[in-house]
Parts: sequence; structure tokens; C-alpha cells
Amino acid sequence: MRFTFFLREATRSLRRNAVPSFAAMASVLVTMLVLGVFIPMVQATTGAANEVRAKVLVDVFLKADATDAAVERVRKTLTQDTKYVGNVTYVSKAEAYAREKKQNPEAYALLGSNPLPDTFRVTPDKAGNVGKLRDELAPLTASGERTVADPAIDEVKNRRDETTKILSATKIVKLSMAFLALLLVLASILLISNTIRLSLFARRREVEVMKLVGATDWFIRWPFVIEGIIVGAIGGVMAIGLLLVGKVAFIDPLKSDFSLIAAPETLNFGVLIAVLLVASVAVSAAGSGLSLRRFLRV
Amino acid sequence: MIRLDNVTKIYKGETRAVDGVSLNIEKGEFVFLVGQSGSGKSTMLRLLTAEDAPTSGEIHVAGKDLGRLSSWKVPYLRRNIGSVFQDFKLLPNRTVHDNIAYALSATGATRKEIRAKVPDVLRLTGLSTKLHNYPDQLSGGEKQRVSVARAFVNHPPLLLADEPTGNLDPHTSLGIMQLLYRIYRTGTTVLVATHDSHMVDRMRRRVIELRGGRIIRDEASGLYAQREQTTDEFGDLLDNAYHDLGRSD
Repeated sequence: MRFTFFLREATRSLRRNAVPSFAAMASVLVTMLVLGVFIPMVQATTGAANEVRAKVLVDVFLKADATDAAVERVRKTLTQDTKYVGNVTYVSKAEAYAREKKQNPEAYALLGSNPLPDTFRVTPDKAGNVGKLRDELAPLTASGERTVADPAIDEVKNRRDETTKILSATKIVKLSMAFLALLLVLASILLISNTIRLSLFARRREVEVMKLVGATDWFIRWPFVIEGIIVGAIGGVMAIGLLLVGKVAFIDPLKSDFSLIAAPETLNFGVLIAVLLVASVAVSAAGSGLSLRRFLRV
Repeated sequence: MIRLDNVTKIYKGETRAVDGVSLNIEKGEFVFLVGQSGSGKSTMLRLLTAEDAPTSGEIHVAGKDLGRLSSWKVPYLRRNIGSVFQDFKLLPNRTVHDNIAYALSATGATRKEIRAKVPDVLRLTGLSTKLHNYPDQLSGGEKQRVSVARAFVNHPPLLLADEPTGNLDPHTSLGIMQLLYRIYRTGTTVLVATHDSHMVDRMRRRVIELRGGRIIRDEASGLYAQREQTTDEFGDLLDNAYHDLGRSD
């Protein structure tokens, strides 16, 4: 009885206040549309940035006369005893020679012998830890020179220029995307709460009368919350419909051409829909419930 | 039914709307609250419905100490107080029936109770034919009748009316007053704040007069004004005579 009463009250006030309700619904729709476009965009860019960052690595060159036992020892040090290590790949002398020869056959034909050492390619656990990883493997002495962690290691190098560039560039991309997303979410919450407050302001007399005949706060509030849920759900569903049309019409045909769109970390569409729907319903329900508080103080 | 002990209400730190008022209204009384605009009548009524809290003093309404009433209990207090206003305060987008039914459902009444009680109170107030009209299709007198019906549908022990005839012509006012009187006859305590000297003089009930937030007169069956308007000299003379009389009482 209670719930049906509240539901009836909510639908009647939706019909009675068609214009403000429509405005609230439209602002939910627009917000969700923008978010629906923006969330995958942020994810694709951070995904791409992460992919680039994954290419940051440290090369550990071994001495030319390193024995198999020494190679094994270094491998063990790298995988078990060293901090900040993400992934370790071993490139033997022969492999390195074959690869380089393929790229530059004339130069290597001229050389005759293989000047390349055995190498470990070490990826740091986080791209930002690349410097620390290098310090682990080749600690700085007091005089400012580098020693090595194992006698079999000849030199530890990171591709300095490339690394710092990649790190700072991807950091900026990530930060600015996060900032934009924050701004957008803030703007949408303000927009929705403002619209709701406006439509409530028109009905403050009604709330006053309700209070004076002895209605409890929640008795007054429930219909408004249910109204918010309905408005949010309609706005959210319409936004999702438009996004679906956009996805089928524009994004899917381009998927094969742009790796960015098909970036592996992009949220799949089903989850995106669920997030948007929950967000639109929650924001408008909470918005109308909370905005009402001001008018309930009678 | 209503007891005020030395109640003072100060707005924004300076305006003393109600100043040290003590009074007692018994169950089943019909009381007029008179005084000029700004004498504190409306503030008194707002204090009684817990819309405002007094700056100091104690208020008891329907056996409850308002100072100790927690805010979530205020709605339950208001269900024991019917309120009628000068500007009716009807919900404009509901019919006469729904306006009254809302007040009932707010108190948790079932649909069955609503179906039983609303026609009753509409008959009492003479609105049976206006059941499905919206407030803006009614005359002022009819709107006030709806407002009274809404206030009385729960059969509260106390009915407060703030200038119930302020917007109505004398003839219509009489009808509303009769309606309030009829409600009083059912055993309800009725407190009417009013400017309507004509009505007060005619009904001869208890009159409490406020001036500057203080009670300056409380008579068992009084007139709206203490005396007829006279010249100042005469007025002073009569005033003194009146006070002497009052002391010997």
C-alpha cells in the first residue's frame, strides 16, 4: 500500500510538472552521453600510454667471456633477489647477432665475428621505477662511478633519452585526461542537482503544506526520490540508446583501422552501459532526495 | 491543552515578537487571539505548531513539552493540531477530495479509512458537491472550507486558525466562523487569531489581546476592543476606570 501510494504520487507529479521533469531528464541525457563518449576515450588513451610505458626497459650486458653458469647466476639474481623487476628476457649472443645481422647485413658481414654480448632485457615493475632498477643493478659508488651487482655483468644501461621522454609525455597525457574527466563529472553533477533544485523550488509550497498536516520527512521525500529514479532511468536509457547507435554506426567500422579504438583496456560496452545507468539513476535519486532537505526545514 | 510559561521569542537578536507570555487554555475552550499586525499573534501560532522554537520559556501543547520534543516527533505533534490559514495553503494541483485525502494518508490512514472519513468531513463543511473541483475553481469561502475540512479530518483535539476570515467578505466570514463554532461544539479546542472585530464582538468568547508581544488583556467573554474609540482625554479617563474595575475583579 505504502509503495504503491508513493509510486502513484511520483507519477502524478511527473505528469503535473512535465516541463521541469523534462529538463531534468534532458540534463541527465546530455551528461550521460558526454560521459559515455568520454570514459572509453580516457581509457583508450591511458591504455595506449600504458602500452608505450611498457616499452621502457633496462639492458644488462654481460661480459663477453661470461660462462653458462655465470649467465644462470645473473638470471637468478635478476628474477629473485632484485627489487623493481617486472619481466626478464634473455637474449643470447647468437640471437642478438642474428637479429642485428638481419637489420644491417653489410656491416655485420664486414665484421666477420660476433662482437655482441649476452644480454638480459629487464622491464621494471612500474615504468616510473626504471631509475631505481638501474641503481639496484649498478649501484653508484661514493666517487660517483657505477659498479655492478655481479662480476659477470659488464654494463647496465637504460635507453635514457627515450625513457625520460616517454615517461614525461605519458604522465602528462594521463594527468590531463584525469583532470578533464574530473571536471566533466563535477559539471554534470552540478547541472543535474541544479535542475532538480529548480524543479523542487517550484514545489516548495507543496512541501510546506505537507509538513504542516503532519507528514514525516520520508513520507514527503519518497515520491521525490522515486521521481528522480524514473527521470534518471529514462534519461540514462535514452543516452545509452544514442551511444549504441553511435557505436554501431561510427566506431565499429573503424575498429580494424585504429588500434586506439580497439585498445585492450577499453571497457566493454556492456559494463559501460551498466555504469552509466546506475550513475544516472543514483545521481538523480540522491539529487532530489538531498536537495529536498532545504525545504523540509519547516 | 495549551500552556505557555514565560515564553519569549526574539527574531534575529533584536525583534521581540513574543515577550514573556504566560497563558493557559483548557481543553474544549474557544479562544480569540486579537491584536494589531505585528503584535505577535502569528508568532504565537508558529510556536504552538513547533515551526519556531521559543528563545526562552516552556510550551506545552496537547500534553507534550515542545522544548523536549525531538524533531522527528514534530510531525506526530502536528497530527494533533489542525491548522487553518488566511491564504488557505491548499495544494493547487489536487482536487478538493485529494487535498483532504493527502492530509489523511500523511498520517498513515488506509484507503478504507480515507473513503470513510473524507465524505463525512465534506458533508460537515458543506462541500459535498465540490468533491472533484480544483482549488482555483472555488470561491474564497469554499477554499477556506476545504482548508478547515483538511484541518479537521483527523479530528484533532486542537484547531488553530490564523486570520481565517482575513480574505473573505463579512457574509462568507460568518459561515466560516459558524463552521469553526460547530467544530468547537464537538469538543475540539479552537484558537482563532483574528482582526475581525465584528465577529469577536458578536461571538463573545474568551479574548486574549496582544500588544508588542505581551498579553494586555485576557477576558472570559470579551469584545474585540476594550472600549469604543473616543478622544484621547476621554480615553485615558476610561482607561483608568477600566483598570480599577479590573483590579476589583
